[in-house]
Amino acid sequence: MSIQSQMTNGIDLAAVRERLAGQRGPRYWRSLEELAETPEFQAFLEREFPNGAPEVLDPGSRRTFLKLMGASLALAGVSGCTSQPGEKIVPYVRAPEQLIPGKPLFYATAISKSGFPVGVLAESHMGRPTMLEGNERHPDSLGGMDTFTQASVLTLYDPDRSQVVTRRNGKISTWDLFLHEAVRVLNARRSSKGQGVHILTETVTSPSLARQIKAFLEAFPEAVWHQYQPVNRDQARAGAKLAFGRDVTPHYQVAKADVIFALGSDFLAQGPGHLRWARDFASRRETLESMNRLYVVDTTPTITGGMADHRLPAVGHRVADFANFLARELEIKVAEPGGPLLEHEAHWVRALAKDLKKNQGKCLVVTGDDQPAVVHALVHAMNQALGNVGNTVSYTEPVEHGAVDHQESLRALAGDLDAGKVEFLMVLGTNPAYHAPVDLNFAQKLPKAQFSVHLGLYEDETAALCQWHLPETHELEAWGDVLASDGTATIQQPLISPLYDGRSAIELFASLLGEPSRPGLEAGYEIVRETWKARSDLQVGIDFETFWRTAVHEGVVEGTSLKPVEVKLAADLAQAPMPKRPNDDAIEIVFRPDPTIWDGRYANNGWLQELPKPLTKLTWDNAAQVAPALAERLGLNNGDVVELEYEGRKLEAPIWISPGHADRSVTVTLGYGRTRAGRVGNGTGFNAYLLRTAAAPSLGSGVEIRKTGRTYLLAGTDLHRNVMAPNETGEAAAERHLIRVATIDEYRKDPKFAQEMEHVPSPHESLYTEIEGSVDRIDREHGATLPASGSGYAWGMSINLNACMGCGVCVVACQAENNIPIVGKEQVAYGREMQWLDIDRYYQGDLDNPETYHQPRTCMHCENAPCEVVCPVAATVHDDEGINNMVYNRCVGTRYCGNNCPYKVRHFNFFHYSKPKAPSLVVLNNPDVTVRARGVMEKCTYCIQRVNEARSAAQISGNPIRDSDLKTACQSACPTRAIVFGDVNNPESQVSKTKADPRNYGILTDLNTRPRTTYLARLRNPNPEIETESTHGV
Amino acid sequence: MQVFPPSTNTISRVSIFGALFFAGGLLFVVYMIFRSPYVTQAHVVQEQPVPFSHEHHVTALGLDCRYCHTSVEKSRFAGIPATETCMTCHSQIWVNSPMLEPVRRSMRNNEPIRWNRVHDLPDYAYFDHAIHVNKGVGCTSCHGQVDKMPLMRKEEPMTMEWCLACHRQPERHLRPIEDVFNMDWVPPKDQLALGRDLIKKQHIPVDRLTNCYVCHR
Repeated sequence: MSIQSQMTNGIDLAAVRERLAGQRGPRYWRSLEELAETPEFQAFLEREFPNGAPEVLDPGSRRTFLKLMGASLALAGVSGCTSQPGEKIVPYVRAPEQLIPGKPLFYATAISKSGFPVGVLAESHMGRPTMLEGNERHPDSLGGMDTFTQASVLTLYDPDRSQVVTRRNGKISTWDLFLHEAVRVLNARRSSKGQGVHILTETVTSPSLARQIKAFLEAFPEAVWHQYQPVNRDQARAGAKLAFGRDVTPHYQVAKADVIFALGSDFLAQGPGHLRWARDFASRRETLESMNRLYVVDTTPTITGGMADHRLPAVGHRVADFANFLARELEIKVAEPGGPLLEHEAHWVRALAKDLKKNQGKCLVVTGDDQPAVVHALVHAMNQALGNVGNTVSYTEPVEHGAVDHQESLRALAGDLDAGKVEFLMVLGTNPAYHAPVDLNFAQKLPKAQFSVHLGLYEDETAALCQWHLPETHELEAWGDVLASDGTATIQQPLISPLYDGRSAIELFASLLGEPSRPGLEAGYEIVRETWKARSDLQVGIDFETFWRTAVHEGVVEGTSLKPVEVKLAADLAQAPMPKRPNDDAIEIVFRPDPTIWDGRYANNGWLQELPKPLTKLTWDNAAQVAPALAERLGLNNGDVVELEYEGRKLEAPIWISPGHADRSVTVTLGYGRTRAGRVGNGTGFNAYLLRTAAAPSLGSGVEIRKTGRTYLLAGTDLHRNVMAPNETGEAAAERHLIRVATIDEYRKDPKFAQEMEHVPSPHESLYTEIEGSVDRIDREHGATLPASGSGYAWGMSINLNACMGCGVCVVACQAENNIPIVGKEQVAYGREMQWLDIDRYYQGDLDNPETYHQPRTCMHCENAPCEVVCPVAATVHDDEGINNMVYNRCVGTRYCGNNCPYKVRHFNFFHYSKPKAPSLVVLNNPDVTVRARGVMEKCTYCIQRVNEARSAAQISGNPIRDSDLKTACQSACPTRAIVFGDVNNPESQVSKTKADPRNYGILTDLNTRPRTTYLARLRNPNPEIETESTHGV
Repeated sequence: MQVFPPSTNTISRVSIFGALFFAGGLLFVVYMIFRSPYVTQAHVVQEQPVPFSHEHHVTALGLDCRYCHTSVEKSRFAGIPATETCMTCHSQIWVNSPMLEPVRRSMRNNEPIRWNRVHDLPDYAYFDHAIHVNKGVGCTSCHGQVDKMPLMRKEEPMTMEWCLACHRQPERHLRPIEDVFNMDWVPPKDQLALGRDLIKKQHIPVDRLTNCYVCHR
């Protein structure tokens, strides 16, 4: 089967609906193809790799066969004849203090996106950062990570990063030449106080950068500072002004909220502070007593929507109607709504309102940054009316410096450019030529600047239109500072000297302002210290050096978080007009940042490109997402290329049918279709910015969808590695209970519901003898691994489905830790992605609004591992601590193990994927993990390098390994702490306690595999007024 | 007509068995080659930028191993001394020796000395010095009498078979912790009894030492 033929198999959605309607009990499904039982799905189900390596195309030729066999026999030994080339040992000239060769050091710093950081501990192996872990002290990390931050270490080593100063047309130049020229132009503007001087940045939270911009504006009082980023807080800011008469930033205490309503908000996965909110949210779903309840109304299926107890899809234009209706229910005076709610929606919102009122002061209403200002204002009013302010919501002054309306700011710049008034333009780290609203025609206007310079990590679309391009340092290469969402400062320290000839924005400013310029790192160091020396309020009783050293070491500056401010509803919201509702038949277009490459800045990051998007599971592409109902009406199928026409502009995009998407709405994600991203990002997806106007940055009405008749290959992973082939008894796939869910009432009645769903064979039913020397013991009734009385460690993992939101950061963390290569779109389409950890996204229920569940699936380290018995060379064997060892140097690549693995967690190197594409990528590798070559099987090792390190340290110190000594990469990165790893032989370990929970279950345990990785069943906390009958068949 | 003379029978028998012996012999030769110093580089002196003599520094001057190999007790990598370490003495003595010019040049130009690795394990084998040294495996057990080597060479073949010999029966090689860095330690007559004692004392999980993931990952 070729890739092309995959695309021709349509899905009969009507038949799918019929099948779902006829379903008794719950049915969990991963893709529409699965429900429709398309040949493509069957092919992937029957063979893990339906597109195997081509076989010899010489039918029936015995001679060819013999020739090949003879040759391979003769050559078999030859490969062993090559001896390793000699190696050099290169010691230091002067050994740095504290560094022990062979042991990594960790440094606290922060990685930011549009000004807002996640605090990290960067792992440095003899001076090269290879891995980032969350900094527990940082308020926006708490030890957790997000995918962008996790993957940023790859960007550091990206060979496509810009490396030298260039003049227009890519002519190589130098910093000195640039500075000479720039200072000359600036000096000429001094007489006019800097008229015609413009700076364009993203959101700035850095106190040092802000200080310098201020100094610059003092030197050139007429100069203008613009800010623009495509995903911004314009509407939120306008909403706060509307409600309170001034710009304040709301902060949520999610842990204190019993009832949460997210109105068009993906607060668990987006926005500064989302890692903390996700942690707090998960902390309230640990025990029956603490269970919170989450209501979500959204348009595009989101991670937050997937965690909801109740979710309603609504087209974007009706989100305001929901806000209006709920506000009325809460007795807030509001203007006339744009339109009414449907009967079932009204019932839903009334039940929600009752629930909120019952939990006054203990509930929370949040909305997304892209929602209209009036919705923000209404949400502020609702939180006020519900008594949440001071409890679950607090307000502070804005964290960012010089907050402005980004849209207006860029419009002003575009106007000045057009009028030829811009004589000096400096663009810092943002890329408006690519992502400015299309109707501003910014790319055409940019060359009109008399002098223009772009500082950035890449020579991108904007760099190409500026006269100068300056390479910027990565955040791991420079000194800096940055503020978290609550204002807590982090001083960023460099982990490595700049790989290329880059400088940071603060270093550039220093040079322009004529501060005594020292080159590179030292200049940045002095500037940041200067900034913090001035904060004498933080250094009471300690000298500056102590303060500085503590702050840099901890990764946070104590005492910098902002104090809450009192707010008062200023306006009469009844006067605030609600947005007009467009014609009901019109189809709307929704613009959202892409879940893995955001606004396009991560387009050249292969880890993020290949990370399956949390809901669609697509890689390497964006798609126009539509609801199944809309697809049915328009006769659309996955991969059909359509022409989207919006306000006269046309764009071609492939369709992706997204269950749970709002009807009459099409979502496109930003960030793709780049032309100057680099070798990885160029030519992937389509550029949704080409339809995005200043008037409708997140939502527009009246898009037309026309079929072109062509199809496009979308490389999604939702068909791959489907763990549901029928078992020997012919039990249907869907009944194997991979996902187990109960409402809290059902759970109260029957706490062991999850374990009762599956029969686990007793030992005498197995043909295999008990593993000799194994310390493991199984709970015969329930199939869960229980701690045994034996001695020694027994490693096990528990994954809490109640906490997992499917964000995918564990996948990236695993990739970074274990040197996992990316394979490219075509190979992903063949099912050959290499990530050791897959997150399966399951739907349950009807197509229009299904429940969503995520299940991370990786090697289960079965105690009776089916892979081991079929390996002809014993390359995969058990060790005495219960880990299924994969010995790469023994593996000859028969792939029998992968074939026999019921969980489909083994990954085969069909090609030499790990072959370094550039020298810089070699240094990214974790030196503690083998880099696998072609022809080798690989899979999750439970981060054996970390286990060995901890075991070695424990044996030397004489203390046994405790939970705090050892975390796998996925566990460490998980923002909600869904993954727990440890010694199941120690009853005190967290993993033992978790596995003792009655919700603990293993998957496919009827095969008597005895997985060491088990799951905690998901619990739902539905409102009985909305959900009257159970859908889980418990 | 009879084409084959009677001797053909003998010849064919001999050649059949002969071929077997020949093939067997060939395999044996290959086996021997792979274990020979030609492949394993055991006993082969590696040329170095500076002809450093362990014999002189250890036996004649009495330096401890850890003076230079500082991380051997803490890390998987024993550590090769920084130029600075050499210069602690050689800025005072032998300051004009032409043999030491590379060391001085390194210090002057801030450029490291590039030594040739003598003990080079395959990249998929992860050896950890710290755990061995801390559990009673002496330096000389693997590196031989370094104090008798004017120029550094590998003493043992460092094949997997050789590693496993000790991982299977560590009692044959273990020594008391205080003797780990003792160059002249010889196993006592009751080494096996001593070894078994040490295994207990050091809590060495002998049954787990041959797990694949101990060395490969």
